[in-house]
Amino acid sequence: MTLFKFSRLLSFVSKPIVQQKLNLSSEPQFLGIKSKYTDQLKFVNSDNYESIPIYRILSTSNEKDLPVKLEEETLIKMYKNMIRITVMDKILYESQRQGRISFYMTNSGEEAVQIGSASALTSNDVIYAQYREAGVLMWRGFKYSQFLNQCFSNFEDPGKGRQMPVHYGSKELNFMTVSSPLTTQMPQASGAAYALKLKKQKACVVCYFGDGGASEGDFHPALNFAATLDCPVIFICRNNGYAISTPVTEQYRGDGIAARGPAYGISTTRVDGNDILAVHHVTQAARDYCINNMKPVLIEAMTYRIGHHSTSDDSTAYRPSEEINIWTQHSPISRFRQYLEKLGLWSEAQETEFQKLTLQEFMKEFSIAEKKLKLDWREMFTDVYKEMPSHIEEQMKNLEDHLKKYGEHYPLKDYKST
Amino acid sequence: MLLNKLSTFSQLNSQIKLMEFPRIIYGSLFYKKKLHSVATTNEKIHNEETTKTMNMYQAINNALEIILEKDSNSVIFGEDVAFGGVFRCTVGLKNRFGNDRVFNTPLSEQGIVGFGIGLANQGITSIGEIQFADYIFPALDQLINEAAKMRYRSGGMFDCGKLTIRTPCSAVGHGALYHSQSPEAYFAHTAGLKVVMPRGPIQAKGLLLSCAEEPDPCIVFEPKVLYRSTSDQVPLEDFKIPLGKAEVVRKGDSITLIGWGTLVHVLLEVADLVEKKIGATCEVLDIMTILPWDTETVCESVRKTGRVVIAHEAPLTNGFGSEIAAVVQEKCFLNLEAPIQRVTGWDTPFPLVYEPLYLPDKWRCFNVIEKTLKY
Repeated sequence: MTLFKFSRLLSFVSKPIVQQKLNLSSEPQFLGIKSKYTDQLKFVNSDNYESIPIYRILSTSNEKDLPVKLEEETLIKMYKNMIRITVMDKILYESQRQGRISFYMTNSGEEAVQIGSASALTSNDVIYAQYREAGVLMWRGFKYSQFLNQCFSNFEDPGKGRQMPVHYGSKELNFMTVSSPLTTQMPQASGAAYALKLKKQKACVVCYFGDGGASEGDFHPALNFAATLDCPVIFICRNNGYAISTPVTEQYRGDGIAARGPAYGISTTRVDGNDILAVHHVTQAARDYCINNMKPVLIEAMTYRIGHHSTSDDSTAYRPSEEINIWTQHSPISRFRQYLEKLGLWSEAQETEFQKLTLQEFMKEFSIAEKKLKLDWREMFTDVYKEMPSHIEEQMKNLEDHLKKYGEHYPLKDYKST
Repeated sequence: MLLNKLSTFSQLNSQIKLMEFPRIIYGSLFYKKKLHSVATTNEKIHNEETTKTMNMYQAINNALEIILEKDSNSVIFGEDVAFGGVFRCTVGLKNRFGNDRVFNTPLSEQGIVGFGIGLANQGITSIGEIQFADYIFPALDQLINEAAKMRYRSGGMFDCGKLTIRTPCSAVGHGALYHSQSPEAYFAHTAGLKVVMPRGPIQAKGLLLSCAEEPDPCIVFEPKVLYRSTSDQVPLEDFKIPLGKAEVVRKGDSITLIGWGTLVHVLLEVADLVEKKIGATCEVLDIMTILPWDTETVCESVRKTGRVVIAHEAPLTNGFGSEIAAVVQEKCFLNLEAPIQRVTGWDTPFPLVYEPLYLPDKWRCFNVIEKTLKY
């Protein structure tokens, strides 16, 4: 037996190799690549090709013949929503400073990315957000009271007071609940898009993420799965220059996030994220393409994070205030306002009046939300599973017994009781 | 009805044939004799119309076929599943149900789980495969931070209960560090997940069919050595084995032996050895569901026997045996006649040539059981 095997091995080794003249085709036959041979040695790098240009509409020169046709009413609604975000941001940021809520993240500078894209979608389109997309929810109809209930974690927070502030979600508005781990939503968005395709729905998934998040591992399979499995998903990157203190120059060395799209075989474009009309136009075109072709799209919206990363961050520790000032002057809100004023759709008087009314409306809701109790503490134990398993029930009873004896040491008055 | 069926299945299960199993798992150099006896067949239960002899991969294939058949909103995906899978579990399914429902993904575990969560969010029954449990770790973030917490963090608005992840696990004789791991304890520490490990074809089918319909995300660890080495008369129908329930595989009075997956077979054989050499009868429990596990059945047995040995392939420290031991001593303190013992893999990575000395085999189990009985 062994000998037999050995002889076979020998015969294999000693078999003369017939020298065939290799038929070298002029076209490469390698699997999965459509390319050609070259006799020029050349390394490809970012100097070999042009950077992907930034699409914009609201330029300083000619704004008469715009490619986007929107009703006057819609234009004003878009602007008002941008203002409403800033009012909400200002109050909630301050209230965190006063210790009335535990945490907050503002949207300053990125209102156009949020409202511009949201206004180009339908309510059937599923949103997977990161955390700086409050404007998308607002456009869809999330009320001040709903934002506030979540931030105060009161009994009317649909998340039942379990997550940190700004981790919004709404089943009704097709906006998946936000979670803190960055970019985990991206492959999920691809999966959800595949589901829409399977169910033959005329809708797409829109997934937002930041320039920093794009360095995470999940970015890669999200785009690769979306491309190989033909998923109708629009990935919108908010490239705002910073991930907390890390500037984009320390985040990547390629041509931003957009340059990665074609490498995955994904139709990609870059847009001026401070130009709300350009964002709207690009998103609308992406949505049409996505649904008609059942393929993904990548949009990189160039913008600037005017505010601090969060209430736990002082951004002047790592960036010059002059830089912030420049972008404040060119903010998406001021650019859009100039445009609306030119069209005669908005004025200083309207601005003052609207700001005042919005502030009043928000403060009214604020004082209501702040006074509401938390849910019954037993809600800490529900929804871990659909049904509560016996070991969790046992732990809940355990706490109940403990509180009967030592309840005075806990803030039980803040919670509703059954 | 269900209970009746279950008791039938557990009887059926006594027919498990462990053919080449010991040689595969422990290596023929070290064990000339078979470690596990072949159970006798039961002619009364044997019914060729309602059951079929299947090994474990065939039973899994059969379960997957049932899932795809009855639920048009269900998909199967993973690395190399389209041609039938590297362990043949998905053979024939693409041809029957189409490439939209049985498809290959790019090679990325975090992608597979993340993608599956998204599918499940939209109400698709999604059965993802991780090629080896050793490679589930890139997906830990998606499983632990996302899948497990989705229902809780959204206040019940969203969930991915329709997600099931299947993955081959445990020793295979020569799998070394990255084709042998039993990572169930990592997941047992994660509220929100359900974790199961079948010991044979019937359990594999029944548990998988349960997981697919369970409203919570599930992980099925399939001991790969059992794919071809065990065979049962598997009922052809769509049946479920409820999660969270342990099974008393053999009745006994002197000591309770607790295991899951491959170890149940080792414990059954040890039980024979103990009876032969010591004259004591062992009660053998297969807990089947690691999370949430069946404390009731376990404690009931321990209250009767007063002695416990827990065995698993995974390393000792913080292995799932620790959890069982802690709960049992808390709930059965007055009944315990001897310290609870754990026979497990050592606290080392899983080695190649030392596998026969690494595994909690029948002699290591026997040694510990003997000491516990004489304590």
